[in-house]
Amino acid sequence: MSAAQRHRPLPFWRTKRGQERIRLTLSTVIALLGASLLILPFYWMISTALKTPAQVFALPPVWFPIPPQFGNFVEAVTLIPMHLYAFNTFFIVFMVMIGTLLSCSLSAYGFARFRAPGLDFIFLVLLATMMLPGAVTLVPTYLLFNALGWVNTFLPLIVPAYFGSAFFIFLMRQFYLTLPIELEDAAKIDGANSFQIYWRIMLPLSKPVLATVAVFTFVWTYNDFFSPLIYLTDEAHRTIAVALSYFQGSPRVGPQMHILMAAAAISLAPPLILFIAAQRYFVRGIVTTGIRG
Amino acid sequence: MAEIVKEAHLYPRSVRPRLSRWRRREIFDAYLFISPTVIGLLVFLLGPIIASAALSFTDYDILTAPAWVGLDNYTGLFQDGLFWQALRVSVIYSVISVPLGLALSLGAALLLNQKIRGVAILRSIYYMPTIISGVAVAMLWRWLFNAQFGMVNILLGKIGIRGPMWLTDERWALTAIIIASFWGVGGAMLIYLAGLQGIPSELYEAAEIDGATEQAKFRYITLPMISHVTFFNLVLGIIGALQLFTDAYVMTGGGPNNATLFLSLYLYRQAFLYLKMGYASAMAWVLFAIVLVLTLLVFKSSPMWVYYESERRRAT
Repeated sequence: MSAAQRHRPLPFWRTKRGQERIRLTLSTVIALLGASLLILPFYWMISTALKTPAQVFALPPVWFPIPPQFGNFVEAVTLIPMHLYAFNTFFIVFMVMIGTLLSCSLSAYGFARFRAPGLDFIFLVLLATMMLPGAVTLVPTYLLFNALGWVNTFLPLIVPAYFGSAFFIFLMRQFYLTLPIELEDAAKIDGANSFQIYWRIMLPLSKPVLATVAVFTFVWTYNDFFSPLIYLTDEAHRTIAVALSYFQGSPRVGPQMHILMAAAAISLAPPLILFIAAQRYFVRGIVTTGIRG
Repeated sequence: MAEIVKEAHLYPRSVRPRLSRWRRREIFDAYLFISPTVIGLLVFLLGPIIASAALSFTDYDILTAPAWVGLDNYTGLFQDGLFWQALRVSVIYSVISVPLGLALSLGAALLLNQKIRGVAILRSIYYMPTIISGVAVAMLWRWLFNAQFGMVNILLGKIGIRGPMWLTDERWALTAIIIASFWGVGGAMLIYLAGLQGIPSELYEAAEIDGATEQAKFRYITLPMISHVTFFNLVLGIIGALQLFTDAYVMTGGGPNNATLFLSLYLYRQAFLYLKMGYASAMAWVLFAIVLVLTLLVFKSSPMWVYYESERRRAT
């Protein structure tokens, strides 16, 4: 009797495999719940953007606006000169991207491959500046650009990008350190100078890290609100982010939530499309340096 | 020998050990390559830092020349009720949103570090909100927290809870901003995921042989092995939280009744609405001091809770 009991197999949910299965199923359920919570705000935005004004303020709420008012999107971009703001934004983003890629890759190569007195110290100072709140340098920087007559131009937003950025220099330096040095040695023997090595060997090899820097620069510059807010006072110079913040209180739009949400949804499209297209570059950047979106 | 080379500048030029042509070339090239960064550090960081320190002792409105006022700006800050309010708001926000955000992101990372079907897509969904931080997102949250027609209160109503007025209620506005910040836990989650994947599986296997429970494995293997990630996320989280601007500016504008007047928002008003550049600079330095103190606290406490593999090796 007791022997027979001992040999009876455990019920499935008490075996090791069963327990593992239960844990995985539970985890999946929780993960899916979390994901739906995170997606809900997106859903609310899109569904509001597709409603009629009456549906927006209807109780009980309309979850599936039928028929969807796609015209709201057209209205959102024609109520304000969205094409102008989009042009301003993409111009700034493009110029910042070029500046960041050039200055950061040059400096990162300098820090990764050369030995010179003071170099390590400068690198440490650079890393330390990441801890400094932007507020400390804000006022003098503003006064500097003001004295140069750059306020209300794109220059204060673009020019600093040409002088390096600690995060990206760190990211690229880490990448360069992983590249084999033999290639450069061979090029040196062939008589290439440092700049040729950087341009012909390092840059082509660092396409993945350049892409990572490019996508983060895009997203951060695109989302930036504070700098355009203080430097671009003229309406014609506004970026999408600043235009949206004025949109909210503008008499032309007022409390028309469906138009506001349509405009918000349009403004979120470029970074989201970039994210879907270039996901692995975002992930790589975060994993290497721990920077967050 | 190293000492002698280090103090080379003490010797007259002729006696100084001459560097080879190669070596001089390398030093020249190094500085050429990093010159954009060096110029940037001087012009956009060190210069403004010094200027900001100097400005904080002056009264300056851009239109007239700065006037030296000594410590007046700093003493003024301590008597400024709004400054204390801003300090309170920023500190409460940081102290609540950072640890809770870390716990949530660690939870998400643990969840998505398993062999769940479709885990890659789930990770993308969790990370996606961090890509789009900014004005549009703050506008969206403002609408979500609308007391009558917002999704938050509608959903709360479904489970029988009468939601508060959120952004228009001074007791709830800061809570709403904190809740909105949790939408961005995906950033820290991804860093945690990388950390989790770096834990050698032998540790868990050994623990299983010893009959360790799941809780014990988490407490004695996972937590210590990712403590350096927690440290990193904590430092970055504090620095970011104390600088929050856009959410407050768009969602509440600092209201109601200054319940969400964050430090950076108050600083922005002083500098760019009232043109009190000296006062704003002083405030920036106080903000920096707070960031510094909090980060130093984290650093100083880190030997107690951050585990580094290299230290263990040194100890044994």
